[in-house]
Amino acid sequence: MSAEPHAASGLAETLAHVVVLAPLLGALICGLFNRFIGEKVAMFVATALLFVAAACAATIFIGHWNHSLHLPAKPIRLATWIDVGAFKSTWSIRLDAISAVMMIVVTGVSSLVHLYSWGYMAEDPHKPRFFAYLSLFTFAMLSLVTAADFMQLFFGWEGVGLASYLLIGFWYHKRSANDAQIKAFVVNRVGDFGFALGIMAVFFVFGSIEFKQVFDQIPQKADMMLAWGVFHLPAIEIIAFLLFIGAMGKSAQFFLHTWLPDAMEGPTPVSALIHAATMVTAGVVLVCLCSPIYEAAPATAGFITVIGAVTALFAATVGIAQNDIKRVIAYSTCSQLGFMFFAAGIGAYQAAMFHLFTHAFFKALLFLGAGSVIHGMHHEQDMRKMGDVARHMKITFVIMLIGTLAITGVGIPHTPFGFAGFFSKDAILETTFAAGMTGNTAAQLAFWMALIAATLTSFYSWRLAFMTFHGTPKWKADADHGHDHDHGAGHETSDSAHAHAQPAVAHVGEVAHDAAGSHDDHAHHAWHGPHESPLVMLIPLIILAFGAVFAGSIFYDAFVGHYAKEFWGNAIYTAPDNNVLKDKYSVPTWVFYAPLVVMLIGLAAALYFYLFNEGLGKKIADRKGLAHAFLENKWYFDELYEAVFVKGARALGDLFWKIGDGKLIDGLGPNGIAAALNFGSKKAVKIQSGYVYHYAFLMLIAAVALGAFILYRGA
Amino acid sequence: MDNLPILSILTWTPSVAAVLILLLPRLITSPEAARANAARWIALIATLVVLVLAIWMTVAFDETNPAYQFVERADWYGMIQYHLGIDGISVLLILLTAFLMPLCILASWTSVQKRVVEYMAAFMILQTLMIGVFCALDIVLFYVFFEAGLIPMYLIIGIWGGKNRVYAAYKFFLYTLLGSLFLLIAVAWMAVTAKTTSIPDLQAFEFTKHAQTWLWLAFFASFAVKMPMWPVHTWLPDAHVEAPTAGSVILAGVLLKMGGYGFLRFSLPMFPDASNMFAPLVFLLSGIAIVYTSLVAFRQTDIKKLIAYSSVAHMGFVTMGIFSGNEQGVQGALFQMLSHGVISGALFLCVGVIYDRMHTREIAQYGGLVNRMPIYAAVFMLFTMGNVGLPGTSGFVGEILTMQGAFIVDPVTAMVAASGVILSAAYMLTLYRKVIFGTIVNPALNDITDMNAREILIFVPLIAAALYLGFQPNIIFDQTATSAVALVDAFHANFK
Repeated sequence: MSAEPHAASGLAETLAHVVVLAPLLGALICGLFNRFIGEKVAMFVATALLFVAAACAATIFIGHWNHSLHLPAKPIRLATWIDVGAFKSTWSIRLDAISAVMMIVVTGVSSLVHLYSWGYMAEDPHKPRFFAYLSLFTFAMLSLVTAADFMQLFFGWEGVGLASYLLIGFWYHKRSANDAQIKAFVVNRVGDFGFALGIMAVFFVFGSIEFKQVFDQIPQKADMMLAWGVFHLPAIEIIAFLLFIGAMGKSAQFFLHTWLPDAMEGPTPVSALIHAATMVTAGVVLVCLCSPIYEAAPATAGFITVIGAVTALFAATVGIAQNDIKRVIAYSTCSQLGFMFFAAGIGAYQAAMFHLFTHAFFKALLFLGAGSVIHGMHHEQDMRKMGDVARHMKITFVIMLIGTLAITGVGIPHTPFGFAGFFSKDAILETTFAAGMTGNTAAQLAFWMALIAATLTSFYSWRLAFMTFHGTPKWKADADHGHDHDHGAGHETSDSAHAHAQPAVAHVGEVAHDAAGSHDDHAHHAWHGPHESPLVMLIPLIILAFGAVFAGSIFYDAFVGHYAKEFWGNAIYTAPDNNVLKDKYSVPTWVFYAPLVVMLIGLAAALYFYLFNEGLGKKIADRKGLAHAFLENKWYFDELYEAVFVKGARALGDLFWKIGDGKLIDGLGPNGIAAALNFGSKKAVKIQSGYVYHYAFLMLIAAVALGAFILYRGA
Repeated sequence: MDNLPILSILTWTPSVAAVLILLLPRLITSPEAARANAARWIALIATLVVLVLAIWMTVAFDETNPAYQFVERADWYGMIQYHLGIDGISVLLILLTAFLMPLCILASWTSVQKRVVEYMAAFMILQTLMIGVFCALDIVLFYVFFEAGLIPMYLIIGIWGGKNRVYAAYKFFLYTLLGSLFLLIAVAWMAVTAKTTSIPDLQAFEFTKHAQTWLWLAFFASFAVKMPMWPVHTWLPDAHVEAPTAGSVILAGVLLKMGGYGFLRFSLPMFPDASNMFAPLVFLLSGIAIVYTSLVAFRQTDIKKLIAYSSVAHMGFVTMGIFSGNEQGVQGALFQMLSHGVISGALFLCVGVIYDRMHTREIAQYGGLVNRMPIYAAVFMLFTMGNVGLPGTSGFVGEILTMQGAFIVDPVTAMVAASGVILSAAYMLTLYRKVIFGTIVNPALNDITDMNAREILIFVPLIAAALYLGFQPNIIFDQTATSAVALVDAFHANFK
């Protein structure tokens, strides 16, 4: 892939090349050559290249933010990908405000996760593979956010899906991880089914799949209808809807959310990078990027608002009843993505992107903090077995506290004082209320559902903090720590305990033997209780903590404030009648204070149940009430899907195979004819070789007859 | 060089090798092993020579010229001529054949120990007939190559096949016989009516609408079996399961492509009205094929059978693309045929690698292979992803373009096909999990070894092709565009 000559001009172009290609280079070196250059060198190269990419991305982002750097108006063209008729896709790097924001988010979190993994994965025998996958993911994600046409977007889209699949199942001995990785890929494919059809519809309607050409034509095509079977539907709405199906899959929205909690089977750094900060936000990026389409598709935008709001509320309700520390955060992610979607649905794309930006900091922080706890707790993930960890892991505790303050949205309205989540969440709630004031019913509904969701967010976040860090310790510090003897239960729940799943292969595999060996060393010395994580894990946490504190107040004006129009430029389109960003200043005063109030309500409830009356939560859980079971079992979505889709596919497969192919087609066809001609199996064996000559003979006769016939008639 | 009969040389070189191989028992009287080795080397050298010639031909091919090139023409028998020539539609199918053959010979190097001389000779003859099919510009010549190709394939399954080879061979025989009879009658009728057997002349001849309908159906009967399309697909899983590895590679890689080639060479240009009229039928059958066989694949317990059913589903994309009759569809179908040749060929070779070690294709006998065979796991993963159409592999480009082509004509068919993309992910990843991931449970796998140098050598070109075509598919489209556009334009001009 070589750059065209004009692409060489401009600092931004040069930097962008480095941002996108450095992670690819890192992945290739680390993945293919680690045997030759050594594990440590390979990992170092991958990590270093990521930091280089992050530095370049930061230069682009800051430069765009403070106007010291101009982003090129046209995408950088690298090479042709597919060119069939008008169906033309080019490998490109598109530089605009959206890609600038996403580049810093992706490379920023990714580089920190690379660094963190040096500590977290220290005992893993397959470290280079892990780092190669991380870098590969980063490249795919960057190609997604810098795409200039729908095809490259789809390439990145499925590419991050592949990386997610590989990383969820990184510990391939674990059956639960294997199942989770397949679930993630297949559920995402359901979304991609819609996405791919959306792209086809785009090409059919616009005769192009390049963003600029498509978006420029939208006014002309506004009234176009599309025949879909017997239906005639507005073309733009169909496109908007199909593309959103893709977004729902990738961003784990209601109906297609089931894969995300299971994805927690992957190592925790993966959860932080892919399943919190970056990949799952791709759907939001898609909707914001396609704002010209969604501005012209009010019905679909309303649908997005409702789905987003339902997801925000649904995931929050499930989050309050989970006991696995990572699953709580996973549902929290799902819920926060819902916030971003309904913001985009009501037309506040800038607020959605702003929340995406701040969320990346505090959610990566929460996940990596949880990873630190899991690491310190000797691979324990069940919060019911924690408690009083704060005393032993002071830095981790402070960091998690910052993350909690950020996600619950603590801050003082009308002042620059507040954590990152405060600014972005308030921007969403205010714009949504403003949209509701213009008569958007979906927005009114979303506002109230979001307020309840915010209350629950505060409750489950503080619940997590109290259960983990405070109260009486539920762990025992000695050599006979529970799961050392309990392989089965241990590896089911704890993500780093993969080495425990090894007994079956420990005696055969060289690699496996290493794993089991290192595990043995680790497990048989006495466990003295939770210990603080090494510096290599704490440094990324501290950096993210700064973001979780300041990212909101610093960038508010640029993202959603008075400079928003300037900052986003052409990257986000808002219709002339879409004024939600301005109207958010004129909402009633109580709306500004509502988030703060609901946060306090959630906090008070968590204090009551989990700090002042420790054990009350457990008592409620132990009563096994219907409501609690409903929440704990995630509204029974998995059971429903299993019964309908998985069992249905199996039953249909058997039906088609045994009845369709077996009884009907073969029964009436070859087997039936055989029976009719009384070909016994014994006879068939006898004349087995005869068939060949039979056939050859027949063909020869036929050819001769044909030739003779033609000769005769032709003469 | 212009007068060099390159197509004849390509077609008959393997036959010369076959004669040499068959003479070996007279040349080397003993020992048996020496004879077998000589047969292997002759076959390998011959296929490599053909590959070099095919590459040279592809380079010399003028992709901007829509006419048939390297034409050779000589009277043969009455109006029937020995008439060869290629265009953008056939040139790469010949290259694909030439590309897969040396890999097949290498894959059979140690796994075939019985009647090696006859085995290699059968493959050489098969190659002659396959290349002949794609070169032939006389419809009778085409018919002879097309039908004769089944004989060596039939022998390969019948002699070197597995336990149930008799049943598989019987099914194979019955279906193809049925199809070819209709084809034969149609060919005869056309020759008489148009007073020519030349394919270019027949393409220019305007058959009446009524005649087109019947001719189209007759050709369809033959090509649909060959593709295979639902519901005449059930011979394929049995044939694949029983065939030796190299036989499966050729069957999936080349023989299935003859159906698609036939549709492009005959049905669309010669019977445009009928093709247009029957397009909804083909769409329906393609849609059923994709969903139905994907669901069946999901339930298979035999690795080869699963991949065979997956092949039927992927061929559904080809028929759908061809009969969409637009540039995206036709180009996509051509690409899909080439890509499927590489990916399904590689998948059958992957099965061969572990079959050679364990002598079973039962999924349940495997599990945890990644612990002992990391290189194999990586290779298998790559082609699994290719088969599920991941962007960046060649599998994606063909699928998306054929779906795009169908979408332009009928979004509902495209929607049905797109659902097949979900199902393919489900069955392929489940297969991969069962075979590769987890811990080793079957003690017989404890001593299994990773791929050796010969096996890696076989896969290197396939990996390169699957990835290169995934990222730079235009290397294909540059070759096919002119002919495909001419075909599509003629098709639209004719039926309107």
